[in-house]
Amino acid sequence: MSAYILQRLIQSVLVLLAVSIVVFLAVYGIGDPIELLVPPQVSAAERAAMIRRLGLDLPVWQQYLSFLGSALKGDLGTSFVHGVPAVELILARLPATFELVLLAMGLAAVIGVPLGLLAGLNPESRPSRAIMAGTILGFSLPSFWKGMMLILLFSVALGWLPTAGRGETVSILGFQTSLLTLNGLKHLTLPALNLAIPNMALMIRLVAAGTTEAMTQDYVKYARAKGVRRQRIVGRHVLRNILIPVVTVAGMEFGSLVAFSTITETVFAWPGMGKLLIDSIYHLDRPVVVAYVMLATLLFVVVNFLVDVLYAALDPRVKLTGEMA
Amino acid sequence: MTTPLLEVRGLKTVFHDLAGAWPAIDGVDLAIQPGEIVGLVGESGSGKSVTGFSLVQLIDPPGEVVAGDVLFKGEDLRQASEERLRSLRGDRIAMIFQDPLMTLNPVLSIGEQMSEAILEHRKCSRQEALTEAAKALSRVGIPSPETRLKQFPHEFSGGMRQRVAIATALLNAPDLIIADEPTTALDVTIQSQILFEVQKLSRETGTAVLWITHDLAVVAELADRVAVMYAGRIVETGTVDDVLSTPRHPYTLGLLGSSAATVAPGERLKQINGAAPSINARPSGCPFRTRCERALPVCAQIDPSPQARDDGHSYRCHNPVPEGIAP
Amino acid sequence: MTQPKAAAPAVAAYADTPLRRKVLRRIRNRPTTRGAIVLLGIFVLLALLAPFIAPQNPHDLASLSVMDNRLEPGAQGMTGITYWLGTDAQGRDMLSAILYGLRTSLLVGLTSTAGALVIGVAAGLVAAQFGGAIDAAIMRVVDFMLGFPSILIALVLLASIGRGVDKVIVAIILVQWAQYARLMRAAALVERRKEYIEAAVNFGLPTRHIMLVHLLPNSIGSVLVISTISIATAITLEATLSFLGVGVPVTQPSLGLLIANGFEFLLSGEYWIAAFPGIALVLLIMSLNLVGDRLRRSFNVRGP
Repeated sequence: MSAYILQRLIQSVLVLLAVSIVVFLAVYGIGDPIELLVPPQVSAAERAAMIRRLGLDLPVWQQYLSFLGSALKGDLGTSFVHGVPAVELILARLPATFELVLLAMGLAAVIGVPLGLLAGLNPESRPSRAIMAGTILGFSLPSFWKGMMLILLFSVALGWLPTAGRGETVSILGFQTSLLTLNGLKHLTLPALNLAIPNMALMIRLVAAGTTEAMTQDYVKYARAKGVRRQRIVGRHVLRNILIPVVTVAGMEFGSLVAFSTITETVFAWPGMGKLLIDSIYHLDRPVVVAYVMLATLLFVVVNFLVDVLYAALDPRVKLTGEMA
Repeated sequence: MTTPLLEVRGLKTVFHDLAGAWPAIDGVDLAIQPGEIVGLVGESGSGKSVTGFSLVQLIDPPGEVVAGDVLFKGEDLRQASEERLRSLRGDRIAMIFQDPLMTLNPVLSIGEQMSEAILEHRKCSRQEALTEAAKALSRVGIPSPETRLKQFPHEFSGGMRQRVAIATALLNAPDLIIADEPTTALDVTIQSQILFEVQKLSRETGTAVLWITHDLAVVAELADRVAVMYAGRIVETGTVDDVLSTPRHPYTLGLLGSSAATVAPGERLKQINGAAPSINARPSGCPFRTRCERALPVCAQIDPSPQARDDGHSYRCHNPVPEGIAP
Repeated sequence: MTQPKAAAPAVAAYADTPLRRKVLRRIRNRPTTRGAIVLLGIFVLLALLAPFIAPQNPHDLASLSVMDNRLEPGAQGMTGITYWLGTDAQGRDMLSAILYGLRTSLLVGLTSTAGALVIGVAAGLVAAQFGGAIDAAIMRVVDFMLGFPSILIALVLLASIGRGVDKVIVAIILVQWAQYARLMRAAALVERRKEYIEAAVNFGLPTRHIMLVHLLPNSIGSVLVISTISIATAITLEATLSFLGVGVPVTQPSLGLLIANGFEFLLSGEYWIAAFPGIALVLLIMSLNLVGDRLRRSFNVRGP
């Protein structure tokens, strides 16, 4: 167990290092590092002084090492626009994105798993075919388009839900959340639904395929030969087997939900870290962009690690040993 | 004779495909007395497993039971509702499957998979069910059953898994156990251990057993009566002594000649020519005639009907093996 | 036992037809698929002929009349021109803008898919053929690329190199090549185990000959099938990037950028500025997906 964790930790550090190099090369190598680190409004003399002070006249590898050194200390630069450390800025927006992503994951599971079971148990029936056709729409329509359609339907045509912003929030343990006020929930519903749709489609596909396959397994037939009721066969024998890939994929999708929240947050003007990323790109606030990528990578790495541990906990056949990875 | 526990008449199960409906078993007649061990023998593809599943109506599409009666204690199971069948399965009629690795759910504990067989049939607490499961495990010779109940299938060896399956079948003291090649995947020592235990348990509890196998040696060791199956029907049946010492159907004789247990050491094993016909290419008349050394012209025309003797030994053959040619 | 004698030869005759013809027949027989193919053909034709059939050149600012801004569909302009699909905030005819936007969207989708396909197939083929450290290195990069959401990679790349049609194409190639490499490697590895390749190796044929003449044509099928759906993915990605403002430039708007421009007017009821390009985009993506999905199922190819 500990050997496995150690191995995973080393892997994770390597991934982070690789990303730091790629990001460094992309932003500092392809882009102009002076543009990145020196605000455009300063004078030429100040500019030259800053270049020296920031070490931009040094060889690339030295610059990388100093970038890495400050990164390890949690310093990924200061936002040009807001004048505060980029990491701080992003962390302040993290709760808004997390509540959006978590609600979206919850919606995807609560709606996706039952629909998937339904479609998987009777794959040839008309409702099942309709559900599966719907998943193609869920996958392939652009996220921003779906968001606009949701606004058009629920906000413009029906007037039920607001189109933008976070609404009233309550502070819990120092974090602001919209989950606990009616107004906040109303603001949260459409963006969370929009973010959830592709995930829901994935969930339905996964559960449907798993159910169809599991129902043909010998253990299902054996359970029937033991006189086990159908609802227990589906609800326990089949679902317990499907749960393993579902939880794994749901966990792995966490990262892509965070990434896709940039689109949803832009459409619904949701003040999360995704919206911050897009705004920073507009305003050429590159330290924030770099910090976002590094923090997002850290997040993916941590989540993937947790998913692996969860997978082992769910599947009695898997033991966390060094050789598994 | 007493009323049989199970009486099967003219059972026919077909499998559908685009080209039509192909009978896997066609006109199976079978009777099992209470407490009796009956061996059902045949090559793979003879329809012996389909027979086992057809008895408890566990045939899934594209398969379908289309004709015959299955009388269990006088009740026709073909007319029974799905809920009635469910309440019988695992309670009055238990099954043991061929591959214990595939039939146990890999992600549920042994305790849960055993106790559900009790909880789905009787009102009792989870704890009571687990206690009974532990008792059943120790009865089939599994040590420290309480610990074993918390474990998962992959933590058991093949022989142990099969014992779990047998213990599960015993949980509700059924009237009949249908065992589909349960020892095929095991090595010979464990196999005969299990056979011995099944025989003992059957005698102790008065449970009848239908033991499905391709191995005549197993039948010789275990069963009271034997039914030999070929191409979807029973071609010879009788007491184990009668059938194995004076086989009348050429197919039974062939099986005996190819079985290592019945041939004297040093003697050559004989093979039956050819392979069993697949269900969509069975010959006209007697389905065995294409492989039969004793085939007559009439065999291609007329399917032989069963000829029964007073002692219950019956066979379907136009040109039976003369008595006294036993191997 | 009776055997249905007529059925057997019919089944055999069907199995005898070459796979390709069987598949094509199955595709044509599906009304939705047939509709999707027709629609796709119309889209390509419209995109190709845009300069000849568009009532207006939407890129030529001189031909626009700002007085005609945000006119409803069917309204008449100052110069007597009828705007069948209305106009946008600059007074641009939406029908013309959509025709030209379709051109940009298809250009980006097809070019980037082709580019990613070439790079990915080459990488996958090399990995499968040479194995060992080369294989490990290529696949490590592939895993790394596929470990991150494509939208994020493209977004960050474009944030540092700026917007432009060529840059969007580069970004999409960068995020899409890896999946082709993985698919191609898997297919080529299966093919490599076959006896005729072994025979060719034993015969002493040069590696390059084996790779290009035997391995490539026999294992590229599944990759090509998947690439049909990937065109839709590429178009979606381009539209999304343009919607977010980091994609194509305002001087050469794609459908995604047209939708973005109309977004702010959606809430005030001027739906047509966003809705019509949106409908065009959705129909384009759906028809590509339908055709691709049917191809995938007909050839029995598993998705990436």
